[in-house]
Amino acid sequence: MLSKRLIACLDVRNGCVVKGVQFEGLRNAGDPSALARRYNVEGIDELVILDVTATLESRQALADTIRAVSRELFIPLAVGGGIRSLDDAEAAIEAGADKVSVNSAALLDPALITRLAARYGSQAIVVAIDAKRSDGRFDVYSRSGSTGTGRQAVEWAKEAEACGAGEILLTSIDRDGTREGFDCELNAAVSTAVSIPVIASGGAGTFQHFLDVFTEGRADAALAASVFHYSEHAVSELKQFLASNGIPVRLQHT
Amino acid sequence: MIALIDYGAGNLTSVRKGFAAAGAELYTPRLPADLATADGIVVPGVGHFSATAALDAEWRAAIHAALDRGSKLFGICLGLQWLFEGSDEDDDVAGLGVIAGRCHRLPPILKVPHVGWNALDIRRPSRLLAGIPSGTQAYFTHSYAADITPEAVALTTHAAVFASVVETDQVFGVQFHPEKSSTAGVQMLRNFVDLCSRNG
Repeated sequence: MLSKRLIACLDVRNGCVVKGVQFEGLRNAGDPSALARRYNVEGIDELVILDVTATLESRQALADTIRAVSRELFIPLAVGGGIRSLDDAEAAIEAGADKVSVNSAALLDPALITRLAARYGSQAIVVAIDAKRSDGRFDVYSRSGSTGTGRQAVEWAKEAEACGAGEILLTSIDRDGTREGFDCELNAAVSTAVSIPVIASGGAGTFQHFLDVFTEGRADAALAASVFHYSEHAVSELKQFLASNGIPVRLQHT
Repeated sequence: MIALIDYGAGNLTSVRKGFAAAGAELYTPRLPADLATADGIVVPGVGHFSATAALDAEWRAAIHAALDRGSKLFGICLGLQWLFEGSDEDDDVAGLGVIAGRCHRLPPILKVPHVGWNALDIRRPSRLLAGIPSGTQAYFTHSYAADITPEAVALTTHAAVFASVVETDQVFGVQFHPEKSSTAGVQMLRNFVDLCSRNG
């Protein structure tokens, strides 16, 4: 049976891991390669490196980080943050990324998804959607949650899938960094509307939150950052908890 | 010498890095004739079956010639599917046909594509899977899968049961990505490298 994936997100800025709370107030949380090594030992299923600044100057640092992490890590590695063109994607993939995640640029030009999928295959293209609740709807925001787009999360996810996206990375802006739990309603709405995997993000705080998002939230994978970074919960303990609650997971060394 | 065929179906950086961790630097043949010195040939690939059309008659002839010399052949993901006679994904493109059978789309009972970690049910002894216990999980990302034929050494279930590892004397194939399947995956790559170096 297909396992539910646990994905660790490394928010990096100039080669250092930082973690924001609701996209603001970044603080340093360590060296990406060291964290990646630890996660691999603990049995994380996948890594996402997110360049939270995504300036031109940070590009070289990002490529170096990808190269360092992918040299010793043999699990899928996705890279996102400021991927705006085929050239940006190529730089990340040449450095060792298996997948690129696009967000704002895909909202401006959905055909970018199709061009990326044609070049690298859909399995390499993740469309990241940042959504916020408003009057019972899930509004899509761009530019790190700062700009409304007029789109709805479910419709945009379906359009992204039709354009060639291989996975959806769905972040609840309301829950991001709060540790109050994933937005299960948002995740279930999107996950049941598309046939590609949905990665739930935003709000992880306890083991129970992961169980909830894999059941109620219908998520195929769950992503977290600080919950893993500061060792509050070892990945292996979380997996044991999920397994004992009937969730299929990849247990260590199996 | 192990050749990694680049026919334009996806990026090969990860495969190259995986083999480097398994102790082998792969070379990329520019022309079919460059396979003349290969002890092993790796056919990777992601994406649509039609991409394998780039492996034209000359490449096929060179691969068959290498097999006749005793070389080993290893198909990864789309590369495994290409070992078979064909795929429903593109009826107009023939596979290499070194294994009888075809590839079919996974039934839409569950989410397709099949993306993530799933278990290998190892059904008989395998040189490629030496040291790998049955139940080991590997990383998959695909929508089409191969028939279960006598060459299947491991099966995996996602909506249907399919051949996740195939093996004959000289031909090996995996539906998943060993280069992304953690230590077990690197072990399989090492096993293939060892099999190639035993060619003599």
